[in-house]
Formats: sequence, structure tokens, C-alpha cells
Amino acid sequence: MEYNLNLPASKEEIKKLKIRDIIYVTGKIFTARDEAHHMMLEKDEIPFNPSEMALFHCGPLMKKDNSKWQVVSAGPTTSSRMEIFEDKFLERFGTNIIIGKGGMGDKTEKALQQFTGVYTAYAGGAGALAADKVEEVLGVYWLEELGMPEAAWIFKVKEFGPLVVAIDSHGGSIYKELKKQLKA
Amino acid sequence: MNFEDIENGIVELIRKAETDLPKDVIDSLKKAYEIEEGVAKTQIDAILTNIDLAKKSKRPMCQDTGIQTFFVTIGIDFPHIDKLKEIILNGVKKATKEIPLRPNTVDPFTGENHKDNTGFQIPYVTWEFSDGSDVKITAFPKGGGSENMSKLGMLKPGVGIDGAKDFVVEEMIKAAGNPCPPTVVGVGIGGGADLAMKLGKKALLRPVGERNTDKTIAKIEEELIKRINKSGIGPMGLGGKTTVLDVHIEKAHRHPASLPVGIAVQCWADRRAHMIIHSDGTWEVK
Repeated sequence: MEYNLNLPASKEEIKKLKIRDIIYVTGKIFTARDEAHHMMLEKDEIPFNPSEMALFHCGPLMKKDNSKWQVVSAGPTTSSRMEIFEDKFLERFGTNIIIGKGGMGDKTEKALQQFTGVYTAYAGGAGALAADKVEEVLGVYWLEELGMPEAAWIFKVKEFGPLVVAIDSHGGSIYKELKKQLKA
Repeated sequence: MNFEDIENGIVELIRKAETDLPKDVIDSLKKAYEIEEGVAKTQIDAILTNIDLAKKSKRPMCQDTGIQTFFVTIGIDFPHIDKLKEIILNGVKKATKEIPLRPNTVDPFTGENHKDNTGFQIPYVTWEFSDGSDVKITAFPKGGGSENMSKLGMLKPGVGIDGAKDFVVEEMIKAAGNPCPPTVVGVGIGGGADLAMKLGKKALLRPVGERNTDKTIAKIEEELIKRINKSGIGPMGLGGKTTVLDVHIEKAHRHPASLPVGIAVQCWADRRAHMIIHSDGTWEVK
């Protein structure tokens, strides 16, 4: 099935999603890699509201034109690096859509079931394609401390996708299925 | 000689590598598109659209513009060998601003980003010498996601080449979707630990579809392609027929007690571009 979702997605909308569905999202998304995950979990207060956005595992390539930031290329980064943070991250920040690549492990899978979320895969390296779906750069946090790839960037996106639902909120995971197949 | 002009040549070399994928890779991805279906087809479709878009808009195809890596063969009669290192360094700094490239060099101790894609030992350049007066440079920007799947196996010689083959297949199955498949896998067999890794990396410079000239090795390459693709990992690890576009093997003689196997992995963005600098300072990028 294919769905267009406006962010934030409701619990009902997330529950509808099954692995191998394709979604396109419209609304706000924020980027966070290893360092931003670590920092956000350590801070008492966050200067933006992650619960109304999708989380994008991405270290974008940005440029500043006339004091305004623009996205040059922004595909997903390898999600498995964030596995050590993600269950705590989902619990604390209430984000219910993750966009990444390569898949995540058991802990995230359980957290997605518990807090009703999905992990979606975007074609890794398709950075120019992704950049064209970003309508506006709404802000950036911790750019000085973390540098361009690791900072938290807030993007306004339109029909961002195609995103393949790879882990759903019912315990389904394409990666787990493939592993089982490989053992068989 | 106009060194600044040659620096601009380095910028064009990097731009070519970052925005325009070699034809051998695109052809191979198109073949993958033909045989894949469902989710796997959507991934190859996004990749091909992205490649097209990047080329037309002269933008880096992937936001991970890599660690700037160069393989340089210096003709010993080139008159300004002493300037080459500086030219490459300045070219990388310029390219970072002009193309632009993502600042990708981080101090491992302080975590500080150097912001211009240079730093200690980086850009990473392999220097070799040849006869003649031309300098040949291959730009090979290397992404982190695929680099993280590199492996070195110091196998026991008793396991033989079959053991080496199994090691490559098992490691690529473990890597699954992480290195952005369909990948190109470079394997160095023999030498010591560092040489095996180096040969693996150098094997990636070979165009997709080109077999090792040694027929025995060529056959093993074909066998490994089949075995890894049979895993069903597929594009982006979401299931499918194409996990690798190619496997390239290079060899070196080994110590009787060692069987080193170095695996270097390149994502589908198998970015390579070439430049020739002539002895009069003129240059071409292709």
C-alpha cells in the first residue's frame, strides 16, 4: 500500500502501516546522528519539539546563500549506529516515524511496538533526490559544537519519499525476515 | 607553470567524481533495475533518478562526499613533482567551498571538524611512479557507511582459498544493508595485513564488469558475485536479487604462516574520476 501522511502522524495512522508499505511524508522533520542523539538525551530541555516531527538519520550537505541555509544533498546515514540510543530517544521525545537506512535492531523494534512507531528506509545515497523534497530549512541547532553533519537540522518537507516501512509497530521487520531466511 | 590552474583542475576532478557516476556503474545499476521487482525495484529506481538529478544539477549525488582519497602515478620526468602535494591539498580546500563538499574531517581526539576536508594525513594520497612526464590522478572519494564494513581476516593458511571465499561471503552477509547495497566489493588476498587491505581498496578502482586477467581469479570473482547475490539481502538490505554489482580480487604473495584477506566495500555510489596533468601544466579530466 502507498500512503501520504501529514506530520505529526496519528497513532491510528501509524498502526495502519505494515512492512513493505510505501509512504510519503509532508511536514517537519529533524536530522540527528550519533552526536545529536547523545546530546539531546543529556539535555534537560530541547529548543524544538521532536514529537511533532519525523526523525531523519542524516548528516546533510548544506550551503548558505545570502544568509539562508539550503540543502545540497541529504540522504540517510547508517541507522544501526543509533541503535544504542533509539529506545530511550523514542520514549523521551515521542517521535513516531524514523527515516534511515540499513535497518535497526531488537531494542528499537521493541520500542517501536511499545510507543507505536515505524522505521522507514530511504534509498541510501539518494541525497540529491531527497534535497529536492525539502521546501525550507526552518532552523539548525548545535551547529558550532557538532559541525554540519552532526548538527540537528529542521526541514520542512513535501511528499518526502518514497519511504519503505521496514519495521512496523506490530513487530514486523523486513531485516528480521531476511535474517531468518538466511539461516534457513 | 600556472599552479592555480592545476588546483582548479583538481576541483573539476573532484566535481566529476562527486556528481557524475562512471558509465560502467550506471549500466550495471540499470541491469539491476531490469531484474528486480517490488521494494527492491523502488530502491534502484530512486538511485537511478538521483544519479540523473545529481549529474544534471552538478550536485554531489550523496551527502556523504567522503574522505578525499587519491591515487597518483607520477611520471618521473614531470618537472614539478615537489608541488603536487600542495596542489592537491589546495584543490580539496577549494572544492569544499565551490562544489560544495560536506566537511568530513574530524579530529579523533577532540571531535573537532577541520571544516575543509583536510587534516592530519588527509586527503589520503597513494603515490606511485612510472616512466614519462604525465601525472595521472584518480579521485576516489570514500564514504563512511561502506568503509565501516571493511574487514581484515588473518586466516589460517590451512583453510585455503575456499576459506578465503567463505570469509568474504559471510562478512558481506553480516554487513547486510549497512554499506548501501548494491555494493562493489574489493578483496585483497595475500601480502601482510596492510597490503591485503590496500589491495582490496585498489581493486575497487577497476571498472564494474571487468574481470581479473588471471582466469582462476576471474572465476572466483564470478562465484563470489553469485554466492553473495543468492543471500537475498538486495538493494539497501530490503530484500532482492542484487546485493553486489561486482567483486574484484587482487593478490600478493604471502608469508607461509599467513593468509591475509582484506575486504574493502564501496557503496553503489562507486565514485571515480581521472585526471592527467601534462609536463607543460595543461590538464584533462575524464
